[in-house]
Amino acid sequence: MSLGKHLLGIKDLTKEDITLILDTAEKMSEISFRPIKKVPALRGKLVVNLFFEPSTRTRSSFEIAEKRLSAESLNFSSGTSSVLKGETLLDTVLNIERMNPDAYIMRHSSPGSCKLITEYVKGSVINAGDGASEHPTQALLDALTIRQKKGSFEKLKVLICGDIAHSRVVRSNIHLLKKMGADVTLCGPATMIPPYIEKMGVKVETNFEKALSQKDVVMMLRIQLERQEKILFPSLKEYFLTYGLTEKRLKLADKNCIVMHPGPINRGVEMASEVADSKESVILDQVENGVSIRMAVLFLLLQGGENEDSN
Amino acid sequence: MKIVIKNGRVVDPQNGVDETLDILISNGKILSVDKKISVSKEVEVFDATGMIVAPGFIDLHCHLREPGYERKETIESGLLAALYGGFTAVCPMANTNPVNDNAGITNFILETAKKVSKIKVYPVGALSKGQKGEELANYAEMKEAGIWAVSDDGNPVMNSALLRRSLEYAGSLGLTVIDHPEDKNLSEGGSMNEGEVSTRLGLKGIPAEAELIHIRRDTALSNLTNESIHIAHISSKYSVESIRVAKKRKIKATADVTPHHFSLKDELVETFDTNYKMNPPLRTEEDIEKLIEGLNDGTIDCIATDHAPHAYEDKMVEFDRAANGIIGFQTAVPLAIEKLVLKDKISLKRMVDAFSSSPARIIGLKDKGHLSAGASADLTIFSLRKETFLKKEDIKSLSKNSPFLNKKIKGAVMAVVIDGNLFRLREK
Amino acid sequence: MIKKEVNRKEILDTSGIQRSLSRLTLEIFERQQGKKDFALIGIQKRGVPLAKRIANKLKEVENLDIEVGALDINLYRDDFSTVGTAPVLRGTNVPFPVEEKTIILVDDVLFTGRTIRAALDAIVDLGRPKKVELAVFVDRGHRELPIQADYVGLSLNTRREDHVELYLTETDGKDSLILESIK
Repeated sequence: MSLGKHLLGIKDLTKEDITLILDTAEKMSEISFRPIKKVPALRGKLVVNLFFEPSTRTRSSFEIAEKRLSAESLNFSSGTSSVLKGETLLDTVLNIERMNPDAYIMRHSSPGSCKLITEYVKGSVINAGDGASEHPTQALLDALTIRQKKGSFEKLKVLICGDIAHSRVVRSNIHLLKKMGADVTLCGPATMIPPYIEKMGVKVETNFEKALSQKDVVMMLRIQLERQEKILFPSLKEYFLTYGLTEKRLKLADKNCIVMHPGPINRGVEMASEVADSKESVILDQVENGVSIRMAVLFLLLQGGENEDSN
Repeated sequence: MKIVIKNGRVVDPQNGVDETLDILISNGKILSVDKKISVSKEVEVFDATGMIVAPGFIDLHCHLREPGYERKETIESGLLAALYGGFTAVCPMANTNPVNDNAGITNFILETAKKVSKIKVYPVGALSKGQKGEELANYAEMKEAGIWAVSDDGNPVMNSALLRRSLEYAGSLGLTVIDHPEDKNLSEGGSMNEGEVSTRLGLKGIPAEAELIHIRRDTALSNLTNESIHIAHISSKYSVESIRVAKKRKIKATADVTPHHFSLKDELVETFDTNYKMNPPLRTEEDIEKLIEGLNDGTIDCIATDHAPHAYEDKMVEFDRAANGIIGFQTAVPLAIEKLVLKDKISLKRMVDAFSSSPARIIGLKDKGHLSAGASADLTIFSLRKETFLKKEDIKSLSKNSPFLNKKIKGAVMAVVIDGNLFRLREK
Repeated sequence: MIKKEVNRKEILDTSGIQRSLSRLTLEIFERQQGKKDFALIGIQKRGVPLAKRIANKLKEVENLDIEVGALDINLYRDDFSTVGTAPVLRGTNVPFPVEEKTIILVDDVLFTGRTIRAALDAIVDLGRPKKVELAVFVDRGHRELPIQADYVGLSLNTRREDHVELYLTETDGKDSLILESIK
């Protein structure tokens, strides 16, 4: 077991670490269906949700996970904070540090920002997305969903399509899927495929229809409407025309293929509504698994202790 | 006051000298260079046995930050660092606040420097007013005050018509134009080399082509105007090739490389240590190889530090928000010794030339960069055997932004002589 | 670290364990006589196979169908240290309502009582049983909390620093009760 104090990226995890997190999450999922959806595992622990970028689902998912484990949550988002008054990241963190938190969940637009703060805090740091670098809990919840539907990762053909260059989800997923033995193909407009990405051990196919052929898993990435540079593609209509997942296109994939999306989806941009609501779609399972994964990660990082029963 | 530097290995590339000789200095000039000069008792003796004695090192490119950014560096602290780094002359860039785009600022820099240090300062004026890239700065009045070149450095000239006019106008005044080659549209938002590492880390990259495109433009405009252009701190193999071709075609282009660009590669950014963030960015192993090749064959004329002090708070932030650059005075000479000379990548003679004769030629200093009798008594005395190990308190700059802190580098500066004044910098 | 000499002694072998377990089962049956509204919940990990064995015996000997659940108390413990390896979750699986039932918690070794304290918390989170009882295979004493077992397979005199380990075929490949004492 090499799972350390922080979770900065999938890059640092071993196959065994990933399996342990998935197994633990699987066991955690039962708690969410109890009449009393709470266990005292992290009673008295303070977890700071430090979000420097807007996020609804990742933050609420972490918050629910914290509450289910009885941790105290402190929410800190840039919109309501001193960041607006020009405070640096480190000063913000050093201030919060004096409240003695046991963990920081951090979302930030700069790659490496989570690593930066690890040197200044006593507690654990969990990366909830650092720029286009990593988003480890997203990849883990994707993996849990894939494992539930497909059983294993060995030789699984996975297609990830969309804005590869600006996606932290894709980098974490590449690391994870490669470690677990899956076969990864990336697809999207050439303007959104970063150079040298093949060096991460993936295939690139810009023709969406060719790329879909025989795939067991199709993961569609969100097109960031709000931050899209005009220069990357001409219009959303044209994007859907070339890279939108329709029922017709989905037929090109394996007949037992599952469709995934990290959310929130733009219907009619990344995929047609019929696909989003189809039996192949596991998008809502991903959301559900998100809570279990985050409970597992919090538990494993914050409650690392002797396992042997003291009777 | 006479000084004699005894028993040193004198390396004077311009005069083709490389042997153990004594140098006699009087009244700020070199009086003679000869075997076993015998002297009377009142002459100060520096025993340079086991050391290299070279013409004073000249740094073509540095940032002294004063006026305006005195929390990063002052002229006094910067020149002290330069002295300890073995430099006898430096060329501060114009991006001060206010920008050095008029005689008032040039005079201030020169007068301040004269008060605080013996080091010779050859300021570089702004290419455009306020370095805004819009209209030419007042070259003639700055020239009269003491500049030798103009540059907008970190604000690369995007308007090619402006660069053309600058070359023509500066040329007519005997000034050199220095360009920091970077197409800002291609590099926008980038914080490291575009490549395998940037893709893996999710950091926006700066392609080497952003530099190449401007080097091609710069050399084309130099050819068009028949005026000299100096291309600052080149970083990639494509740039080396492009300058090699231009030189073959007799275009009046010269170039420099920084010690960090031939010592460090982009993989180091994986640590997210902001001391590895520079502009141009650190490139790959292959680029380093080609840069050194270019330095060896003279495609790259000289080594310049691009000494860029930044305060703690400018660097202790997120990688993509951190300031570019590192301090370089006190590590330049040891890095050249360790990475180039001791690895037999370039000769000692070529290294000395790249630090002294070449920059002197580019600036147009006839009495510097060589050790002929009558030349300025500017010497850099260093050891190939001693090691440099800099702790924070050894750094003379106000800023400590260096990736080489607490690291051993082979080679050390032992002493310098400026205008006949001997500075012993280190115990033997 | 000074290597301590450890005295390892087998207290019970396979047949001994079977005998003790039969006695324990019989005791449960006698005490619950006439009532079928009880269920067994084993505490992970070795309490679970023990609970299953008891249920099998009840079926075999008395033809009683008793439900069995598994309880993971790792999420309820108060004795994790902040260093060391992360706990392995084996999961809670109680596939029946605990309300209106007598729940018999089953565990291998009763020592400080802290595991049972955590198990009681865990049970209450699942619902409100009519009554909770405790069956343990070995009671080795040295309680740190006011907790007593209702059914005990074997009472063992031990020193505080001794180590008692019940190995079971289902989890460890063979049945054996071991007492390790440091000389």
